[in-house]
Amino acid sequence: MEKLLNIKNLQVTVADNEAEDASKEILKGIDLQVNKGEIHVVLGPNGSGKSTLMNAIMGHPKYEIAGGSLEFEGEDLTELKTFERARKGIFLSFQTPEEIPGITVENMIRTAKQAVTGENIKVIKFRRELKAAMKELQMDESYAQRYMNVGFSGGEKKRNEILQMLMLQPKLALLDETDSGLDVDAIQIVSNGVKKFHNEDNACLIITHNTRILKQLNVDKVHVMMQGKFVAEGGPELIEKIDKEGFGFLQGAE
Amino acid sequence: MAQEKTYIEDIERTLYDIKNVDKSKYKSQSGLTEDIIRDISARKNDPDWMLEFRLKSLEVYNQLSLPNWGPDLSELNMDEIVTYVQPDAKMTGSWDEVPEDIKDTFDRLGIPEAEQTSLAGVGAQYDSEVVYHSIQEDLVKQGVIYTDMETALHEHEEIVRDHFMKLVPPKDHKFAALHGAVWSGGSFVYVPEGVHVEIPLQSYFRLNAAGAGQFEHTLIIVEKNASLHFIEGCSAPKYNVTNLHAGCVELFVNDGARLRYSTIENWSRNMMNLNTKRAVVGKDGVIEWVSGSFGSHVSMLYPCSVLKGENAKCEFTGVTFASKGQNLDTGASVIHCAPHTSANISTRTISKAGGKATYRSAVKVTKNAPYAKCSVNCESLMLDDISRSDTLPTMDIEGDEADIGHEATIGRISDEAIFYLMSRGISEDEARSMIVRGFVEPIAKELPLEYAVEMNNLVNIELEGTMG
Repeated sequence: MEKLLNIKNLQVTVADNEAEDASKEILKGIDLQVNKGEIHVVLGPNGSGKSTLMNAIMGHPKYEIAGGSLEFEGEDLTELKTFERARKGIFLSFQTPEEIPGITVENMIRTAKQAVTGENIKVIKFRRELKAAMKELQMDESYAQRYMNVGFSGGEKKRNEILQMLMLQPKLALLDETDSGLDVDAIQIVSNGVKKFHNEDNACLIITHNTRILKQLNVDKVHVMMQGKFVAEGGPELIEKIDKEGFGFLQGAE
Repeated sequence: MAQEKTYIEDIERTLYDIKNVDKSKYKSQSGLTEDIIRDISARKNDPDWMLEFRLKSLEVYNQLSLPNWGPDLSELNMDEIVTYVQPDAKMTGSWDEVPEDIKDTFDRLGIPEAEQTSLAGVGAQYDSEVVYHSIQEDLVKQGVIYTDMETALHEHEEIVRDHFMKLVPPKDHKFAALHGAVWSGGSFVYVPEGVHVEIPLQSYFRLNAAGAGQFEHTLIIVEKNASLHFIEGCSAPKYNVTNLHAGCVELFVNDGARLRYSTIENWSRNMMNLNTKRAVVGKDGVIEWVSGSFGSHVSMLYPCSVLKGENAKCEFTGVTFASKGQNLDTGASVIHCAPHTSANISTRTISKAGGKATYRSAVKVTKNAPYAKCSVNCESLMLDDISRSDTLPTMDIEGDEADIGHEATIGRISDEAIFYLMSRGISEDEARSMIVRGFVEPIAKELPLEYAVEMNNLVNIELEGTMG
């Protein structure tokens, strides 16, 4: 198995706005290895540090790496800027995607694709691919000419994230609650998108509260995070257990 | 992880900053006296009424004081401003007859090229006088007049006399009075009833001499059911002494007529730009303003639309970009004087590197204007912590059933938006440019093509460092 993401004893802090000069530790030593072809799921209560993990992998400037290592394809990520990590093949589907007025969806994705591939992307071919991907996600074609996420409903924003993932073809997709706030049909569409994206050469790391999105995906590993640590790890059977019993049985495990 | 402060380079101005040797044929003395006014008037061969008008304006000028609001104008020393600079060139209809150095300037600015590709007529003013003017022949046949103000004053004296500074009287404010006294150059356009000028006309004003003032007068009359798109561009090279621009634009849009008036002012950073623009719109008429203010040290510019006829409309689209050492006070004003008049004001202002941008607007709905509709939307973006943006809207509503809306936002580029774009592989510099370009996009798409390109170049700011 080819290693994609390799995290060892990762500690992450965030500047505490309440108290100056103080920083708060959020991740307290995470170990995680994601190989090509795998789908990993991170479960855990709100505020346990799941999104922080995603943001730290992507290089959000708000989060500081206080210890441990973070490698992608054998290369240290910690000194790389966010856009450099994206160009290495890491993609983050945001929990709350940003609105960018004045920049159309098409323009944004084409600019991103040029940046990621380093190639000049031909308009006509790109448009054809974009249309096909939008159809897949049941997005109206007219959204290509709308400004990035401006006036989009929550569900439309999430579909737009998956659209970008399909177009950019990253090696590692981080999906931060992509299914939250979606109705059953929308979850199905997003889930189909992830299924279409996933293959032997890439990997997904999925944060979710709703295991419905996982039903048609072959999950390899499940990690349960509480208070900045993985307190339980296992196969897909862990999902069922938590679905039934909640996180209660893990209380005190940390 | 050490974080560098974001550093933003200034706009590339090399193109505009090339200055020619001052080879002017005649320069008036600095300052403002009756003798100087008489001298300018005599050189321009003014009719008697115009000389009188100038002298009266001078009186008004001496009586009025500087505005006690807005940017500080105390740096302006009128005793040092040369009011009249005559270039060593005669007005001509052929670029070949324009002196080489002056022609070079306009070549660099792309004027002759634009004339061939996308314009129906061109006027070019260098310092105080218009050096070139042309108009397509079929427009002439339809009775369209497009010429410099001096020629108009002699060949169409009655029309000029009936309209000149009737909309902006000299007593309006000190710089209107100054303009009335020393005006020189500018464009005159007359579009007869029912004639549609399909391709834009463009005038370009270039101030080359140091320490000089430019006081061009633009007078446009669009008769009933006629239409016109007029474009104005202005620039000047940078000097260490203060230059002054106090132009005046008067637009008469008659019943059922439509005028689109686009300007990009890209003055150098030593310019005090105190410009007055006003339009009066008749029944069912439409005035569309597209206004870009990029250059100058200080600007005070608030184009005004007087909606005089029933159902008259005003569309105002403006963008202002204030950088280091700039205090740009811009906006718009609308006066609703008839029923069912409507106005739509949409502006974007950007400030950076310590620049100050103020949006100032005034909307007045008179008693005679029931069912007036006005919507104001102004958005400001500050690119760093040392820059300033203010919005100062005022509304005075006397008419019944008025429908008035106002929206204002002042913001900064959010770090989250930058992070979002960077997570897609887009570099930080490009992410910032994209956000700024997106911010001005609703305005950029209204600009004439060559200016849209220019504005894009303007916002392709160079950045270095990480998010700060």
